[in-house]
Amino acid sequence: MKILVCISHVPDTTSKINFTDNNTQFDTNGVQYVINPNDEFGLTRAMWFKEKQGASVEVVTVGGAEVEPTLRKALAIGADSATRVDAPALDGYAVAQELAAVVKNGGYDLVIAGRESIDYNGGMVPGMVAAMTGSSFVNTCISLEVDGNTATAVREIDGGKETVSATLPLIIGGQKGLVEESDLRIPNMRGIMMARKKPLNVTPSVATATETKTVSFEKPAPKGDVKLVAADNLDQLIDLLHNEAKAI
Amino acid sequence: MSVLVYTESEAGSFKKAAYEVASYGKGIADQLGTGVTAISFNANGAGDLGNYGVSKQLNVSDSKLEKFNASAYADAIAQAAKAEGATTVIISSSANSKYLGALLCVHLEAGYATNVMELPASTSPFTVKRSVFTNKAFAMTEISTTNKLVGLANNSYGLKENSTDCSTEAFTPTLNEGDFKVQVQSVDKASDKVSIADADVVVSAGRGLKGPENWGMIEELAEILGAATACSKPVSDMGWRPHGEHVGQTGKPVATNLYIAIGISGAIQHLAGVSSSKVKVVINTDPEAPFFKAADYGVVGDAFEVVPALIEKLKAFKAANA
Ligand SMILES: Cc1cc2nc3c(=O)[nH]c(=O)nc-3n(C[C@H](O)[C@H](O)[C@H](O)COP(=O)(O)OP(=O)(O)OC[C@H]3O[C@@H](n4cnc5c(N)ncnc54)[C@H](O)[C@@H]3O)c2cc1C
Ligand SMILES: Nc1ncnc2c1ncn2[C@@H]1O[C@H](COP(=O)(O)O)[C@@H](O)[C@H]1O
Repeated sequence: MKILVCISHVPDTTSKINFTDNNTQFDTNGVQYVINPNDEFGLTRAMWFKEKQGASVEVVTVGGAEVEPTLRKALAIGADSATRVDAPALDGYAVAQELAAVVKNGGYDLVIAGRESIDYNGGMVPGMVAAMTGSSFVNTCISLEVDGNTATAVREIDGGKETVSATLPLIIGGQKGLVEESDLRIPNMRGIMMARKKPLNVTPSVATATETKTVSFEKPAPKGDVKLVAADNLDQLIDLLHNEAKAI
Repeated sequence: MSVLVYTESEAGSFKKAAYEVASYGKGIADQLGTGVTAISFNANGAGDLGNYGVSKQLNVSDSKLEKFNASAYADAIAQAAKAEGATTVIISSSANSKYLGALLCVHLEAGYATNVMELPASTSPFTVKRSVFTNKAFAMTEISTTNKLVGLANNSYGLKENSTDCSTEAFTPTLNEGDFKVQVQSVDKASDKVSIADADVVVSAGRGLKGPENWGMIEELAEILGAATACSKPVSDMGWRPHGEHVGQTGKPVATNLYIAIGISGAIQHLAGVSSSKVKVVINTDPEAPFFKAADYGVVGDAFEVVPALIEKLKAFKAANA
């Protein structure tokens, strides 16, 4: 089985979010970048396929040279090879076009992407790639098994879950559940050494257009102070929630 | 030229999210000087669509579409948009809408903006405010294509009544085999519980509860409030609660009217996912817990005393206000 894992390179979840250039650019000052958490669950599931069912695992990121440490980390976790598509990730459509070209050329059985990137929260790239390449698509995927030419997946839905079967080639938008938190791997020294020798190919951009652009950013208005209610005066809390907040 | 809204139904009845996208669709239609058409699948009648500004309902009734099918639904919605000449299509942020939205935007050749918070600041250029960095910021995003797909954030616009005469027509899309490559085998959904996505109130608890055996009072509090239950990430990682209850940056987003956090410290990843809830209440023994900085109301106290007392008070309040 041939697997491609799409990795987006995102600010660590603890990052302070600030903007520069008159609120038009994300301020990368002091920001640590990581493998998008949803993609890390997917990559770890890909390693499971590799070890249990004999799959090859390639990883891909669309981005400038700054994303290479993130790809190296994926190689250190165990991916066999990496590709960087040399293009700025301008919008979901541009990224999807780049990835669709990689998918078409690679002949993958399975493409594992994440439900969403935690930076711009587009939640659209995997589905767009599926539509552009004619692959099956399962989103918010929390469990995945492959047997021959069919996959059985569990998808999270509002208020429960749904089990689906899908024909390969398949693209998923994955998340926690594909593997558990405790299955995630911290690269060891050997993995890091080996990653240096693995191929990291850079391919040129093929995207021709964008469909959206961000004109500016803003931060939420600062919050007022919390109103404290004494633990032995909960009637006041109910009164505030009912009459002031109109929430109950 | 109309605006098309995808109105979700379950067992034939429209969901609250359907009326929210209808309300929002009417808001955009007013800006554009046009009307709102809704597309629904196997709905029983028009429900309250007319009440929320829809003037025409296209209903697809097809037994092959009894169960949700993202690919077929996306295909059908794209055909409806074409038939109606609709260049602006609105969907919600439910799991199903987000699933089909990513396919639909390709069919429509539409720029797609997700997690949209408000009506467009301008319709030409078409600019919307979206939530990004998991609610830590907003982006003003311009959609430059002729066709536009807007994914409305749950509970952001609310329901706005706008009484309109609504006609219903059957709509029969041309579906192909490729639309059925993913087949639902089984659905596992607690029908007696409100889901986090659909709830007006969420009662959430964290590691401060000490162990899964202590969730009885959380469920009781949720039941009195008609709320969904949720939890912090470590609670689901330890198996105290199901993964589906994990909320936050890497779990489900919460955008309810009221969010009650009990024994949750308020780590940045947790707050990011719940901060777009309108009213937040924290109950925690530690007055220094970061959640107090993010909450509207707070009680410094032991959950094992405060929650049972709150349950009793709420029962009395409900009885008095029934
Ligand atoms: C990449 C990444 C992603 C993450 N994503 C998420 C996410 O999506 N969602 C999420 O929730 N977390 C997430 N986390 C974890 C997050 O950093 C915190 O560790 C977590 O939210 C803490 O959970 P908690 O508040 O339940 O536990 P704790 O931080 O242990 O807090 C327990 C709280 O309970 C209080 N308490 C103790 N006893 C009582 C009592 N008797 N009565 C009342 N209060 C009491 C304590 O004062 C304390 O404030 C993520 C972390 C990482 C690294
Ligand atoms: N620049 C990128 N390079 C590679 N994969 C990406 C990129 N951006 C998004 N993806 C993939 O698409 C998923 C959803 O991203 P998004 O649609 O941006 O929220 C991510 O979890 C990744 O798997």
